[in-house]
Amino acid sequence: MRETNPAKVFRIVVVTFLTIFTVIPVYVMVISGLKPLKDVQGAFSWWPSTLTVQPYIDMWQTVPLASYFVNSAIVATVATVLSLIIAIFASYAISRYQFRGRSLFSTTVLSTQMLPGVLFLLPLFLIFVNINTNFGIQLVGTRTGLIITYLTFSLPFSIWMLAGYFDGIPRELDEAAKVDGCGPMRALLTVILPAARPGLVAVAIYSFMTSWGEVLFASVMTTDANRTLAVGLQLYSTQTNVYWNQIMAASVVVSIPIVIGFLLLQKNFVAGLTAGAVK
Amino acid sequence: MKGRGPHSAAPPLPLFQSSEERWVFAVSASTTTSKSAGASAKAPRGGTRKNRRPGWWLPYALLAPAVVFELVIHVIPMVTGIWMSFLKLTKMFISNWGNAPFIGFKNYAVALDFNAAVGSGLLKSFLITCAFTILVVAISWGLGMAAAVALQRKFFGRGFFRTLFLVPYALPMYAGIIAWKFMLQKDNGALNHILYDNLGLPGDKPFWLIGDNAFAAVVIVAIWRLWPFAFLMLMAGLQSIPNDVYEASAVDGARPLRQWSAITLPMLRPVNMVLLLVMFLWTFNDFNTPFVLFGGSQPPAGDLISFHIYNASFLTWNFGSGAAMSVLLLLFLLVVSGIYLIIMNRRSHRA
Repeated sequence: MRETNPAKVFRIVVVTFLTIFTVIPVYVMVISGLKPLKDVQGAFSWWPSTLTVQPYIDMWQTVPLASYFVNSAIVATVATVLSLIIAIFASYAISRYQFRGRSLFSTTVLSTQMLPGVLFLLPLFLIFVNINTNFGIQLVGTRTGLIITYLTFSLPFSIWMLAGYFDGIPRELDEAAKVDGCGPMRALLTVILPAARPGLVAVAIYSFMTSWGEVLFASVMTTDANRTLAVGLQLYSTQTNVYWNQIMAASVVVSIPIVIGFLLLQKNFVAGLTAGAVK
Repeated sequence: MKGRGPHSAAPPLPLFQSSEERWVFAVSASTTTSKSAGASAKAPRGGTRKNRRPGWWLPYALLAPAVVFELVIHVIPMVTGIWMSFLKLTKMFISNWGNAPFIGFKNYAVALDFNAAVGSGLLKSFLITCAFTILVVAISWGLGMAAAVALQRKFFGRGFFRTLFLVPYALPMYAGIIAWKFMLQKDNGALNHILYDNLGLPGDKPFWLIGDNAFAAVVIVAIWRLWPFAFLMLMAGLQSIPNDVYEASAVDGARPLRQWSAITLPMLRPVNMVLLLVMFLWTFNDFNTPFVLFGGSQPPAGDLISFHIYNASFLTWNFGSGAAMSVLLLLFLLVVSGIYLIIMNRRSHRA
């Protein structure tokens, strides 16, 4: 089928506009991280007066970026692993079993994700504070508090996506394993999980991105002891100077692992979204 | 709840209604009636109520961890939040809020008294958020749709642009917004440089993060963040439209615009239905964009409702009033979502 001229014009206009719109902020971020401080304090320029990697060195001293990095990495990794395990069990139940309350569960879980964060931020904060005063378990200002909060943020979407993936795996496979004497848990481990690996990867990436980028709860639940990058990155501007070059350098550093991971595995992600249809 | 009705073969509104609760069926429903039918074929496995089969508890055990965490982090705090909205929960009662006095609907009365400062602030913030949401969702959807359609056909470099357009979505949220914050600075920002130095607009460089321009700023940044998600979902939806449908209509002499309105749009209907609702809810609740963009200063023009409630609660430490505002926000979202779902459902039954 030949492409008509208007369609081609449309494509060129759309792609050009969106490329500019997408690229400019990314370019500004990358190039500003390579500028000396005086460049980012004066009028903007498209190219540094001198190209320097100094911001990438200084940024670790201006704020304790390394400690934020460690906090974010631990919180995001643990939350991802836990959320993945919990989601695997839940999705297995939804995909392979009929039981009373099944659709109630799915509906409730999905709709919790739609709630305004501020609605449960305040009570959760107070519940955490009260757990501390009554039971001595500190949750505000610790990584544990963040981890259990974040893992629930990615759970609904993870369960939904994984259940779709599991649905796409022929039931004959695990039925056959059961005939061979496998219990349900062994069938899950030896048959379903290996077949669902792309789905698992997609869900893990999604969970990690969610925890790595969360701002609202981090701004309330963190103190100096457990501050994550989401909040820490904003502290460059509370110093006497606004070190925009270091902020941009730090933004690049915190983005690179996520962006590369996501872009490499985006096919999994799209496949996860269409899971039911493709298989 | 026992078994599944025949309607589950073609779920009209998978998000809240059908027994296949997952959106995946919304995304795929256009071409997967056979798949959904296959899914419901497994229905008769469930045990009857009287004779429980051995192992009936297994699915519950599998769900238990998820249920516990959802209860602890979402459901209990939400119920607590509704309870808090009836308390006089000010600074003095924070660490001992069991003793906060019950004051009935007083927090609500204050929040809804539009003649007083608190109420009029909330109303203004609500109206700004409505305008913000309409603009951001409409434009993001339009851009996502345009990009998905433009990249539907194979051409040299298609894979590259597809990846490029997903970058704003892949970036950690705050990193993208901080880059915009720098770009929107008055004297050293890139936007004013482009508009006034490169394109030669007359006049003085304006502030973007202070004053009325703050609204435009927060809208643009939110669109930049959101449109790739629309693109991603619509792209996934387009993949399920078989190519021969287009070929056939081209043979009949249909032009691209007509093909879009006669084939693409109806086929994407299930995706759009869920996509628009999700984008609406996310955008209306958006906290990150104003929080990272404006930080401590709250320009009235960019005072979105989540940000407003957050500041109202944590600056004054009046959590009772903040909780009442949150409940009002929740009620509004429930009503709008409910109406939306009813209308959409009715239409798809008629179709």
